[in-house]
Order: sequence, then structure tokens, then C-alpha cells
Amino acid sequence: MRRAAALLALLPPIAIGLLAGAAELRPSRDFLSPELRGQQEDPSRHPGWLWVDEGEVLWQEGERSCQSCHGDIGSMAGVATRYPALEQDGALLNLEGRIERCRTQYQSEAAFGYESEALLSLTAAIATRSRGLPMSVAVDGPAAAILEEGRRLYETRQGQLNLACGQCHDDNAGRRLRGDVISNGLGTGYPAYRLEWNTLGSLHRRLRACSLGVRATQFDLGSREYLTLELFLAHRATGLPVEAPGLRR
Amino acid sequence: MSGSLITARITLPATARRGEVVPVRVIVRHPMDRAIDAPGLTPVPRRILHSMRVTYAGEEVFRMALSPGITANPYVEFTTVAVETGDIVFEWIEDGGTVYRREARLVVT
Repeated sequence: MRRAAALLALLPPIAIGLLAGAAELRPSRDFLSPELRGQQEDPSRHPGWLWVDEGEVLWQEGERSCQSCHGDIGSMAGVATRYPALEQDGALLNLEGRIERCRTQYQSEAAFGYESEALLSLTAAIATRSRGLPMSVAVDGPAAAILEEGRRLYETRQGQLNLACGQCHDDNAGRRLRGDVISNGLGTGYPAYRLEWNTLGSLHRRLRACSLGVRATQFDLGSREYLTLELFLAHRATGLPVEAPGLRR
Repeated sequence: MSGSLITARITLPATARRGEVVPVRVIVRHPMDRAIDAPGLTPVPRRILHSMRVTYAGEEVFRMALSPGITANPYVEFTTVAVETGDIVFEWIEDGGTVYRREARLVVT
């Protein structure tokens, strides 16, 4: 007991908060079948890596390539754990938004467009570099209000089925729904290769499917609503590992 | 025979001993479009990779017929015996006759 207390004292205060907050939530891979989990961990059998490969090519492409500023893509380790994030001008950007902003502001190129193959590939290639690292988005200062906005969307009953996100992803996680197991809905595996889609897709595409599932309004890809929800989900997953590119049913 | 390039991930062991049974894994990027022909829908012709052929050291080591029920980006795994250092050549034939081709080198020690 005394040793445990000493150990706790050694941990920085933030880590103790993480342990307490993440106690009930399990990483998304825990909800996968053993076969799918094995495939997710094995790049030689995971089709999502087709996009990662392509993203790594895009990273070096063009006169003002990503590489010309950021160096090797290895420098992106840990970046995905910090998004969505508030930019200095107050814009809330997820990883996709951050890439698009780089593209239009610094590379003087046209935006790829949400859910385009190129944007999915680059996002996957960058997010993969954070694989296994714990999520840690900043929610202090002006982000606190946005986090509450996201929390409200998560906790509000919506759609014809009148369901809030938590009624599946908290109350019934681990139980089955339509042939699949309900996860805690963390979003840490996105962009993910979904077998249902036969392709890689963004978190917002997945959220649109959730909205449709409860017969609620589907917001646009990259919309304010899904961005705030993504921030809430990322904060909720604090301390849990990035799994991108995930493999999902 | 030459062929068009196609995105594929080929995974081989870094090296193999002569006579060793080695796993060969390949994922190829392809939509594997099934034919759509139903009332009210715009008809779309079938466009899948219908055959796959693999040669190694000048000999065919693997052949497979792919059906329309196979998923997009099909994953195939098979084993072969390492005989000599050389290229393993993968060929896929698409509906319409296009041949796609990729190679990977197996190093035998």
C-alpha cells in the first residue's frame, strides 16, 4: 500500500487525472474480434496501409512539399494525439483541417477537399506516426467552451430514435448491435478502413453514419458540430492510444 | 510481358534460406466493381480483377480466379519454396483485358 502511494506520488498530477478519467473506457481495438485486431496490427494484411504508402509519397511531392518545411514524416510522431486543436486565430482544426490549411496558406495549392483520396492518405500517413501514443488534446483556455459544446452534442438525445451517443457508447459498450460490438466510440482509429465502406474513411464520415443510425440530422463533413464533437471524443479518449489507420467492420 | 502499374503492398521475408517455405502476402488496390443491372439503377459493367498469376524463378507458383463476390482491395496469402534469389512477378488481369504487373525481389541465402 505504501509502495503504491509512493508510486502515485511519483506520477505527475496530470497522469493521475488520466488514470481516473479513462478507467471505464477501453481502447477501440479491445472491441474488435481477435481476427480483425490481428489484422489491424499487421501492416502486411491491412488494406489501410495502401493509403499510408500513398500519403508518404504525397508528403514529398511538389516544389513546396510538406517535407520541405517539416522534414521527414517521422517528425509527425505525436501530432495526431493533439488534434483537434484551436489555432491562434480561433479556428478549431482537426488533422484534416490542419493539412488543408497548410496546403492553402503555405503551399499555395488548392485544398484537397474533405474525404478526397489525397487528404485521407496524408491524414493516415501522419496519424500512423502517432500509433500507440496516448491522446492528449488541449482543452484549457478558449477550448474549454468548445469542449462543452461538443459534450452537449454527445449528451443530447437526438433523431427519431431519440438517442444520445452515450446510450450506446457508455451504457451498452461491449454489447452487440447489428452484428457488431458497440465500442466506446473514441474515434482514435480514424481515418479507418471500414469493411462496410471497402475504403478508408474519415471520422466525420463515420459520425454521419451514426447520425443516420439514430435518424438524426447528418451534419456536413468538416462541420462545426462534428468538429466540436471530435474535440470532445478526443478529450474523452485522453490517455488511450491512437490506432489510426484502424480496421473496422 | 509488360503491364500497367497498380498500387500493391507485397510482403516477403527479408531473406530466406534455400528450400525454406516462405509466406507471400499481397494486397492490391482495386475497387472490384460488380456489375450493376437492376431496375431503376444506372447499369454499370463489371470491372474486377478476374485472374491473378504469380511466377518465380521462371515458373508459375500461384494462380487464382477471382470472383465478383471478392471484396475491394483483395488480400491474398500463399506460400512458396525459396529456390534462388530472384523476382516474384505478380500479374492481375482486369475485365477488358488490362494486365497489371508488380514485382518483388526474394533474396535467398
